[in-house]
Amino acid sequence: MNAPRGSETAGGAWRNAAEVRRVELVISTLLRAGVVSSLAIVVAGLVLSFVHHAEYLSSPSELGRLTQPGAAFPHTLPDVLLSAAQRRGQGLVMVGLLLLIATPILRVAVSIVVFVHERDGTFVAITSIVLALLLASFLLGTGTP
Amino acid sequence: MTPLEFALAVFVVSGVAGVFGSLLGLGGGIIVIPALTLIFGVDIRYAIGASIVSVIATSSGAAAAYVREHMTNLRVAMLLELGTTSGAITGAYLAGVVHGRWLYLTFAVILAYSALAMFRKRHRDEVAAPSAPADPLADRLALHGCYRDDALGQEVCYRVTRIKLGLVLMYVAGIVSGLLGIGSGALKVPAMDIAMRLPIKVSTATSNFMIGVTAAASAGVYFARGDIDPFVTAPVAAGVLLGATAGAHFLARVESRLIRAMFVAVLLWISLEMFLKGVR
Repeated sequence: MNAPRGSETAGGAWRNAAEVRRVELVISTLLRAGVVSSLAIVVAGLVLSFVHHAEYLSSPSELGRLTQPGAAFPHTLPDVLLSAAQRRGQGLVMVGLLLLIATPILRVAVSIVVFVHERDGTFVAITSIVLALLLASFLLGTGTP
Repeated sequence: MTPLEFALAVFVVSGVAGVFGSLLGLGGGIIVIPALTLIFGVDIRYAIGASIVSVIATSSGAAAAYVREHMTNLRVAMLLELGTTSGAITGAYLAGVVHGRWLYLTFAVILAYSALAMFRKRHRDEVAAPSAPADPLADRLALHGCYRDDALGQEVCYRVTRIKLGLVLMYVAGIVSGLLGIGSGALKVPAMDIAMRLPIKVSTATSNFMIGVTAAASAGVYFARGDIDPFVTAPVAAGVLLGATAGAHFLARVESRLIRAMFVAVLLWISLEMFLKGVR
């Protein structure tokens, strides 16, 4: 990985290049972990549903049941966890998708911690407000159906 | 079509959407939604649910690489998220109050104007370090950056400007995405390119980073409503994740003017779509 060479050339504004680099590495590693684990779980869940339902490999009539209104799948957290615990493919897929959805929010939370560690008060404040706004919109959204 | 054939075909189409989404800083919804509904006959509710997840997949898949390569300007992204998240909340509230055709028409005009303005800035791509008016706030927050441009074969250092205008535009972008339910990447990239003078590749990579957060905030609603169908969304998520990860490796090598040209074309396309929705 190439170091931010701008730090030597552009003067005072770049003095925190080392800080930026550390934040970048933490965020990038977190995103990669979220992507790899959710991808693995989603694919495993999808493969599992094909193993459990041999008819998915041959019967075109099954597709409508899976992609049209009224398709049966879990959409609350307890149902998802129960379904996954029963080793059902769709439950496992949902766990992977929820992990994928949680990753960007987790990224904001982790960046607060990193900025605290770097003693960058301005960005601790900025990322904290962003996280509060995110959680607010999440709660406002799920509260009003 | 059997479920297996469906999953494989959707996976391939989503992979293509992931590549373009990662290069242009868009969520890929403009490919995923019509493909799912028109080609595969998926219910529109499930198509929209899958497209929300595809935005997050594009963002996280590409950002893991872009952040490491300095393509994303992290500090600019995190600062501008103040505007997009507060705008999204405002938009969600306004959604019950304002609606109608003028909204689509206004948005169509804004996008068409953005496309024109971005096209006119195309000559800036040929300069490695275009000059930008000084912005003391950008200096104080240390927002300037450098990235490695393999197409130019050199490191490009740039100065960020007009932060306050950028924040206001991101707030508007957030409102629009809350109101119209479209990925706000189409507005984020022009705002960073035209107002804040970020290089086009940095604009798309930074937009890419931000769209995931906004989509994640609304994805909870779609999940609770039962709009995220695992059988439809699984191949979309897997395809987009792999496509975006692959696409992220091209951005440094693709010429800036090509990225700009593709982006302008997509903007005009979305503008036309919005116009048609408005006059219908």
